[in-house]
Amino acid sequence: MGFFLETLIGGLMTGMLYSLVALGFVLIFKASGVFNFAQGAMVLFAALAMARFAEWIPHWMGLESKLVANVLGFVAAMLVMIALAWLVEKLVLGKLVNQEGVTLLMATLGITYFLDGFGQTIFGSDIYKIDVGMPKEPLFLFDKVFPGGILVGQEDLVAAVVAAALVAALAAFFQYTGTGRALRAVADDHQAAQSIGIPLNRIWVIVWSVAGFVALVAGIIWGSKLGVQFSLSLVALKALPVVILGGLTSVPGAIIGGLLIGVGEKLSEVFIGPYFGGGIEIWFAYVLALGFLLVRPQGLFGEKIIDRV
Amino acid sequence: MLYRENGQFKTSYKADQQIFPIAQDKALVLAMIAFAFVVVPMVAPEYLFRAILIPFLILALAALGLNILVGYCGQISLGTGGFMAVGAYAAYNLMVRIDGMPLIVAILLGGVFATLVGVVFGIPSLRIKGLYLAVATLAAQFFTDWAFLRIKWLTNNSASGSVSMSNLNVLGWTIDSPADKYLFCLGFLVVFGLIAKNLVRSHIGREWMAIRDMDVAAAVIGIRPVYAKLTAFAVSSFIVGVAGALWGFVHLGAWEPAAFNIDRSFQLLFMVIIGGLGSIMGSFFGAAFIVVLPIVLDNLPHWFDIPIDTALASHMTFMIFGSLIVFFLIAEPHGLARLWSIAKEKLRLWPFPH
Repeated sequence: MGFFLETLIGGLMTGMLYSLVALGFVLIFKASGVFNFAQGAMVLFAALAMARFAEWIPHWMGLESKLVANVLGFVAAMLVMIALAWLVEKLVLGKLVNQEGVTLLMATLGITYFLDGFGQTIFGSDIYKIDVGMPKEPLFLFDKVFPGGILVGQEDLVAAVVAAALVAALAAFFQYTGTGRALRAVADDHQAAQSIGIPLNRIWVIVWSVAGFVALVAGIIWGSKLGVQFSLSLVALKALPVVILGGLTSVPGAIIGGLLIGVGEKLSEVFIGPYFGGGIEIWFAYVLALGFLLVRPQGLFGEKIIDRV
Repeated sequence: MLYRENGQFKTSYKADQQIFPIAQDKALVLAMIAFAFVVVPMVAPEYLFRAILIPFLILALAALGLNILVGYCGQISLGTGGFMAVGAYAAYNLMVRIDGMPLIVAILLGGVFATLVGVVFGIPSLRIKGLYLAVATLAAQFFTDWAFLRIKWLTNNSASGSVSMSNLNVLGWTIDSPADKYLFCLGFLVVFGLIAKNLVRSHIGREWMAIRDMDVAAAVIGIRPVYAKLTAFAVSSFIVGVAGALWGFVHLGAWEPAAFNIDRSFQLLFMVIIGGLGSIMGSFFGAAFIVVLPIVLDNLPHWFDIPIDTALASHMTFMIFGSLIVFFLIAEPHGLARLWSIAKEKLRLWPFPH
């Protein structure tokens, strides 16, 4: 029972991180109808920027404090992500208005390639560390209840709290600010939003910036767990089934989908995997999502797809 | 000037509906095929065969298969690499486990196995649509990646799924020189190109296109979505599976599951989109573009004698590749095939456009 709970909690923690990446997908899809394959590359790019700026800026300015370095690195990385959002809107999406979904998907794949190359060209391609001072020691919980207790990584806990805080902040941003309202309007109906005077282009820049911010947070958390390296961009492939399981247009869907996939993946790997020779977590999430979509084609919380002739 | 179809009157439906109704077109295509079969094997250097021509032919075949699914039937698939892998490993198993298995039969049966797997993974397309389907087809990709890596029986108990195939021969013709391999692949491409072209012009092709344009409307006028979608998956996976078997047997010779990973799927989808959705010709253009571009980018620094670090060069290649893809999508969202048809239209009237 202790082992089961440990696996379950481990799965929930990983799932929270998947949700973070998935959130970026959902934000952009909602606001612009673009299935942004570059989200994973953005996570890597943001993490690289953060890691390198946190190293470079103190060097340039002769600062000592790690906290200041991290804050400055974060601000610089965020500025880079905003610039990226602006460029993407200006150079790519602005010119592809009214194209089909596949074309837009392919365009974001092009952006993925570009970002992978560009990030490694300017920031270097070694493995970098992000050290924001997350506690590393594992905790033992409930050692009164179970023999040996349950092993929980402290950084996982911090990550989960950060992710939850981020989601709450985003929900508040969407719900209570003027910009958030505009974003929701655009998500509902592009043309109607435009006709009442919401500037679509600016909204897209904002939404890509927000997605960049989410990518940055995800990048920092994943990066301080695993180190900032190329494989970080593959996290996006884990987040894809999360997005379709939760529904492409639903923020709560991304969170719950992430948790479901995280838990399902870990439990299946530990309890079913050995019968199949292991390693089944690569496809388990996809098959889970696929099986689920057969019952509900729009995902858990997606808007019902109505076909009219 | 180059094109004048004046005076070419058609007096029967049959004559009007041939693949190339304009005589010049027909002559040109036949001349190109003859050139490819006769002249190229004699003059092309070995490097050209290995690095460009053979990969181009095989990937063009795979792109053709994918284009039937994505371009004609409108079902986006990101699992193409997986179907190629099924074709390659199935053909390998047939060759290894059955004595005296003829090569061509093994390759075609590899395609049949890919068809079966393709239909199974195509069943969700009956409920799932659009981008949801695109992600769902990734299941096929990751599942096959895993299966060939972990299930020993599928790869004849070879370690981590790496297998090799040599001594290819068809009815006494030993395929070992690059020119032989080229001719072998070219034969497949021509035959399947013809089949595909005729399929998309037939009633089944029109059903696919109706489903692509709007599946609910198509169902209303009496087209069976189940039948149309699954046949598209079947035909597409068959061609893709054959291409996979060729890729393993002829181009690579020895391969492991990573040869058919998700990058391959994206590469093929790029070919189809850049070449032109719903165009047989486009598959060829796209394949040529995607095969040649990285080679050109890799060699650019050498040609201009710019000293450049290899790591930097590979990153630059990524960047340029990505930007060019975006550029092409912006410049001509309907692909190179559209440019081709515009050029043809212009040439018909040139130099007197009115």
